[in-house]
Order: sequence, then structure tokens, then C-alpha cells
Amino acid sequence: MIGLEHYLTVAAALFVIGIFGLFLNRKNIIILLMSIELMLLAVNINFIAFSSFLGDLVGQVFTLFVLTVAAAEAAIGLAILVCFFRNRGTIDVEDVNVMKG
Amino acid sequence: MLSQDLNTILPEIILSLFAMGALLGAVYTVKDKSAGLLVWLTSGLFVALAFWIGTTGEGTTTAFSGMFVDDAFSRFTKVAILLAAAAVLVMSQDYMQKRDLLRFEYPLLIALAVVGMMMMVSAGDLMSLYMGLELQSLALYVVASLRRDSVKSTEAGLKYFVLGALSSGLLLYGASLTYGFAGTTSFAGIIEATEGGVSLGLLFGLVFLSAGFAFKVSAAPFHMWTPDVYEGSPTPVTAFFATAPKIAAMALFARVMHDAFGNSIADWQQIVAFLAVISMFLGGIAAIGQTDIKRLMAFSSISHMGFALMGLASGTAFGVQAMLVYLGIYVAMNVGTFAFILSMEKDGRPVTDIGSLNMYSKREPLKALAMLILLFSMAGVPPMLGFFGKFYVLQAAYDAGLAWLAVAGVIASVISAFYYLRIVFYMYFGSDKDDALDANKSPVLWGFLMASAAIMVLGVVNLFGIEPLAEAASLALVN
Repeated sequence: MIGLEHYLTVAAALFVIGIFGLFLNRKNIIILLMSIELMLLAVNINFIAFSSFLGDLVGQVFTLFVLTVAAAEAAIGLAILVCFFRNRGTIDVEDVNVMKG
Repeated sequence: MLSQDLNTILPEIILSLFAMGALLGAVYTVKDKSAGLLVWLTSGLFVALAFWIGTTGEGTTTAFSGMFVDDAFSRFTKVAILLAAAAVLVMSQDYMQKRDLLRFEYPLLIALAVVGMMMMVSAGDLMSLYMGLELQSLALYVVASLRRDSVKSTEAGLKYFVLGALSSGLLLYGASLTYGFAGTTSFAGIIEATEGGVSLGLLFGLVFLSAGFAFKVSAAPFHMWTPDVYEGSPTPVTAFFATAPKIAAMALFARVMHDAFGNSIADWQQIVAFLAVISMFLGGIAAIGQTDIKRLMAFSSISHMGFALMGLASGTAFGVQAMLVYLGIYVAMNVGTFAFILSMEKDGRPVTDIGSLNMYSKREPLKALAMLILLFSMAGVPPMLGFFGKFYVLQAAYDAGLAWLAVAGVIASVISAFYYLRIVFYMYFGSDKDDALDANKSPVLWGFLMASAAIMVLGVVNLFGIEPLAEAASLALVN
């Protein structure tokens, strides 16, 4: 029997993979975008698991909102990335270093 | 029912309809030629809405079954956000026109960001909180990379986007845990569910939510995006980042902590106090080596956010009041300081190097004096208004039994006084070189600089009466 805790474990694992993808990735900014998407989808699994467990629809409504916002976010991220590529000629994470912070 | 709900969110509806309508209108007609007009229209609308929200509205109303709350707290912060945004928009026009940056999307994106901020401060539910926050952030990612042909600006936008999305992810994960363990997303429901203490799951939710908010208010240790984004963005955009979104994010932080987790103050107090101490010290120490005034302002804003968080950390109504007063003073100071930074130019190009201010007082004594007053105020030197802001939050922390936090605040403010005074030193006693800045004759910037400096001196009398308003706002939030 697959219970709530199994779903939560999967979601937590995906979320942590997403965060590690953001910080350990040294290659490509597209991979950063994928990691961000992974984090948001992990949250969605959480919401749906809780929603089904509680018998409450709010979590699924929240998921729909998150999906919509994630799409908008990816669009804006890619647009900024294209502008950056035009100026810099590369999308390597190591080259995002004009300013040191 | 519905008409009542719509009536409650009428200011937001008007502003978003204006933004969408103007966007369509400008695209199909004269495009960027309408930018100057749109800047004035948008800031005029901001001021009108601020006046409307500030003078009407009584008590507490909720709309859409508790998703949206209109109370004294949200009205106070909305007025502050709208006025700050209007001031920055008016200041930016001249600068952007000179650098061929003035696109019609700029005022409209700011308007959409302001709608998001108004949603944030009125949120009564995790869902409306998230939607407001994202509306604000998505618009801000775009304005950060407004200068599309500059590596710095697009890099600032990219960094802001990646770290902003990470913080949204953390916040959402916290929201999902809170939903799961409280069984509801509404703040009223969460506070009911925590009456008998907080479960471990909810505590995790609280920590993730706080981390997300700390990113948004640029509190250390989640501040790493701030210096780069401040340096890379066009200066008017930096001025905007340093004012309105800070109020909105701090207000949202306070709203969630008191409205949703008001029963577990002892649990979040330590988190917020920790964020406050780290931000104050990091903002003070890391700014010392900076030579770029925009980067310096980034660290200055981190340390100021630390002080504002100190007010929140006290967990009392007086603490929230102190936080609101502090934020009001902070924004007034920053508007003036950025008016000065926007006027720094040489051969028509913007300059942000602190060294270019050497012996500035000789050439422009009045502007140098105004800047001196603002810098003293930021450092918290007694006769200026900034001192009273710091005094309020220190008193709030002390009254709440956080004497160690108040002592740490005093030490941090002494450290950060160093770099403000360094700029004063450059302006008054620096070496006289011939790479002087041009005289900038923009009357708008001059007016904002002088008005802001005057506020810092004259406000000592009664803080312009924001004290009772902030008190009413804090009592609406904390009960």
C-alpha cells in the first residue's frame, strides 16, 4: 500500500535534487531552468498528495496555479537567457561572472 | 456578494486594467513615443490611488472568502508602496531618456509589479500570497534586464531570475507543508490549527516560508543576489528595487508571521532574530570594501532590512509599529539618495564610482550638504530622522526582552556608520582631482534630493504624523 509518506518522500527527494542541481551544476544555464522546474513539480506532488489525503480540493487548485506560474516563469527565464546569450555569446554558468558577488 | 468582493479590490482592478489597456494601446499606436506620457500617467495614477486608499476604507474587510484582506495594515503599506513607486518613476524619466532606455513597457511593468505588491500585503491565504508574489517577481525580473544590449543588465536579470525562482520554490515547499499539516491554506485556518502548539511538519513549513521571505527582503544569509542585481540593473530600476518591493516583502513577512503563525511567536522569533543579526552585521562589514555606490547601497539595504526585521523579531504590536516607521523612514532616505546617484554623470554617462565624489562639496555645496544629511540619517546620527527609526526598533526589541539583539544592533550600526562617513569624507576632505562630475541640472532630481533631506531634518518634530497611523496598522495586524 502506497501511503502519504511515500509521496512526501519522493517529493522531498525531487526537491533536494532540484536544489543540488542549482548549486552543483557548473555547465549550462538551461540545466538551472530544469532544476527550478523540478523543484516546482516536487511541490506539486506534495500538494496533490496532501489534497488526496485530506480529501480537500484546495491543494489541487493550488497545483493548477503553480503550473500556470511555472510556465510564465520559464517563458521569462528563457527570454532573459536569450538576451544574455546575444550579449555574451555563451550560456555557461561559469561565464555569468561580469559582476562578482 | 461578488460585487462586494470586487468593490474591495477595486484599486487593484483599476491599476491592472490600466496597465493592460495601456500596453495594448501603446503597442498598436505610437510605441516608445508614448513612454514619457505613460510615466507621468502611471505615477499620477499611483498618487491618486494612494490618496484614495489612504482617505477611504474603514476597519477590516475580507473578500473572496478570506483570500484578500483590506485592513489598516494593508492600507498603510499600500499607500507607502504606491508613493514610493510614483517617486521613483518620476525620478527615472530624465535618466532613461538620456540613455535611450525609456520604453513604454517600463512604467507598465512597474505598475504590474505594484499590483503584485498590493496583492501581497493584502493576502489572507497562501494562494493569493503566492500569486501576488509571483506577479511582483516576474515583472521585476524583466525590468532588471531592461537594458537588453548590456551584459551587466542581462546578467543581473538572469541572476535575479534564478535566485528569485529558487526562493519561490522554497516558499512553495513551505506552503505545501503548511497546507498538509494545517489542513488549510487560509491564514485564519492556520492560526486555528496551531492553537494547541505547532507540529513538526508545520515547523518545517514555517522555516521554509521564512527562508523564502528572507530571500525576498534580501536578508542575510539569503542576500547573495542583492549586490549583483543592484549593480547590474539600470540605476532607476535599482532605486525601485531598494524601495517599494522591500516594503511589500517586509509587510508580507509580518502578515504571515502574525496572521498565520501568531500563536507560535516563540518559534519564529528565533528565526527572525537570527536573520536580523546576520543581516545587520553582514551589511555593515561587507560594505566597507565597496567602491561602487550602487553595490554599497545594496549592502546598506541589507543592513537596513536587518534593523526592520529586529522590529518584527520582537513579536509585539509595538514591534510591528516600529518596523513600519523604520520602513517609511528608510524609503524616504533611499528616494533622496538615489536621486543623488541618478544625477551623478560625467560626459553624459552615468558614474557610480565613489572616488568621483572627491571634493564634491566645493562644486555643489548645497547638493553635498543634502547628501551629507541623508548619509548621516542612514548611519543613525541623532538629530536626523534615521536615528529615530533605529531608536524605535531598538526599543521594541528591548521591551520584548531581546536586549542582546538591541546591543548587537547598536554595534552593527556603529560599524556601518564607517562607510557612510567615508562618502562624507570624500565629499568634503577628499583629494581634489580634475575628473569632476558634470553639473546635472535636472530639477526633478534636485527637488527629490532636497525634499528628502528636508524630511530627514524637519521630520524630527513629529515624524509627519506617521506614528499613530503605523500604530493603528500594527494593531490591525497583531491582536
